[in-house]
Amino acid sequence: MSAILETNNLTIGYTQKTRETVVSQKINLCFEKGTLVALLGENGVGKSTLLRTLSGVQNSLKGMVSIKGKDLKSYTHKELATTVSLVLTTRLPESQLTVFELIALGRQPYTNWVDTLTAIDLEKITWAMEETAVTSLKEQPIFELSDGQLQRVLIARALAQDTDLILLDEPTAHLDIHHTFNVFSLLEKLAKTTKKTIIVSTHEVNLAIQYADQLVLLTKDEVRAGTVASLQSENVFENLFPKEHVSFNRTLQQFVVRTSI
Amino acid sequence: MKRKNTHTKSFLLLSLLLLVLWLVNISLGSVLIPLDAIVSILFEGEGVKESWRIIVLNYRIPKAITAVLVGSGLSVSGLLMQTLFRNPLAGPFVLGISSGASLGVAFLILGASFLGGSLLVFSTSSWALALAASVGAFLVLSAVIVAAARVRNTMSILIIGLMFGSITTAVISVLSYFSEAAQIQQFLFWSFGNLGNLSWNELSVFFVVYFVAMSGLLILIKPLNSYLLGEAYAKSLGVNVQRTSLLILTITSLLAGVITAFAGPIAFIGLAVPHITKLLFTTSNHKILLPAVALLGAVVLLICDTIAQLPMSELTLPINAITSLFGAPVVVWLLVRKKKIYV
Repeated sequence: MSAILETNNLTIGYTQKTRETVVSQKINLCFEKGTLVALLGENGVGKSTLLRTLSGVQNSLKGMVSIKGKDLKSYTHKELATTVSLVLTTRLPESQLTVFELIALGRQPYTNWVDTLTAIDLEKITWAMEETAVTSLKEQPIFELSDGQLQRVLIARALAQDTDLILLDEPTAHLDIHHTFNVFSLLEKLAKTTKKTIIVSTHEVNLAIQYADQLVLLTKDEVRAGTVASLQSENVFENLFPKEHVSFNRTLQQFVVRTSI
Repeated sequence: MKRKNTHTKSFLLLSLLLLVLWLVNISLGSVLIPLDAIVSILFEGEGVKESWRIIVLNYRIPKAITAVLVGSGLSVSGLLMQTLFRNPLAGPFVLGISSGASLGVAFLILGASFLGGSLLVFSTSSWALALAASVGAFLVLSAVIVAAARVRNTMSILIIGLMFGSITTAVISVLSYFSEAAQIQQFLFWSFGNLGNLSWNELSVFFVVYFVAMSGLLILIKPLNSYLLGEAYAKSLGVNVQRTSLLILTITSLLAGVITAFAGPIAFIGLAVPHITKLLFTTSNHKILLPAVALLGAVVLLICDTIAQLPMSELTLPINAITSLFGAPVVVWLLVRKKKIYV
């Protein structure tokens, strides 16, 4: 089975002048087509850095990332744009873009030099809007959207980009519980129906356990990947967070608040 | 679709307005020339006073063309800066491009008194002014670009631009402190801005630079639109962010540099016209914004220049005073009414 994304002894971190700050190392991951992958770990452990490295926004310190069997470093800007798309948490700059225009920007890697939308582009955009249930918002300016709507629109934009991989950085950060569920079930559905590989970093551990096909657990010492069952049998959930406030309940397969006795 | 139609209508209206204003602009001035005489001069008609012909052909028409080029060029560079820095306050002035040009001219005019003699004569030619302003603009902008490559954070680049601006202002004050009244006056006159200083010869040089810079915009439409989502998204859409940013900065410095060189530091237009356009056209799409901003910039500067000529009188006010006097209230009014500004 050919993997869509693979890392080999990957070391991630930052280079400042000549000093290297290693965030995490010896990362060996392998994801297949059509899976929903959740990156879990406490704040500052390197989820965003890992996502940025996988998307090629940031360079790795050591090791290799390969997408569809090809070294990430040998991708051109354009090739990468048709292979990996992003949904980020950073606020969009204020503009008068409409929902349709924003989603249409996802077609940029395919359009000509003045961004003319062809029939295929329009078809993809319409499809992306239907999948994410934002068709009715089409003509609305994005600054009028609620956080939940905006998140779905951003996912639609990534879908319209028509890539094998979609990376999302904490897509549910500002959402209430209803919209958080909404986003996760949407992602689960998309991974199944579109056969795209969706990698999402999140703090919603319990939801991730429920919805994701594969989990990547990042701790200070190691990065472990696998299905819920395999990770549970290896007792890795127990070490994901400091034990002061939350603990992992094996029967519920959920993290629960530690009640003081 | 409906929006597309209103855009077409707005473009037609603006183009018509531009043509009318251009004609009004050349028919007004301190010498009264009747409209029918102007028309027959334009179309090579006969029986017109020779002095009128010279006034219209050698003064008014170059000035009106300059107004169109300056207005559209400054507005476009303002739009480019606002999109690049995703900051509504950005403009050619904020980045220190214009202060760089001022510094160049200050060194030429004010510094001439130290060196005296030949340089003093040289400093009065408009070519020398243009050259000094371009060199100054280019140097300050290169410094900003070098700094920008190191910090990469757009907000810091804006602040760096402002700091360079303060440094140049300080140097200019020191220079003026040691200069003689005549030189200070000459510098002051340059800083008022002047659209009417260009001969046909200079105008053609101006136009070539303007044309080269403006044609670069064609390949920028797409990346500029992706910049609306921020740098990270632009990059993930396949835009070579570093190369594009450099191209945007180069075009801006070419436009703002050559304009300041030939017409002096013209305030307000670069910052305000993009905002007025965004409010009128309610879009952020650069395919529409770029031509709209250029058209509106030309229209606004033609209006300002027509006011500055004080029709029916022999006086002419400094263009810089008019752009701010007329323009700033318009922007305030638009903002109060619409309550929101966009990048």
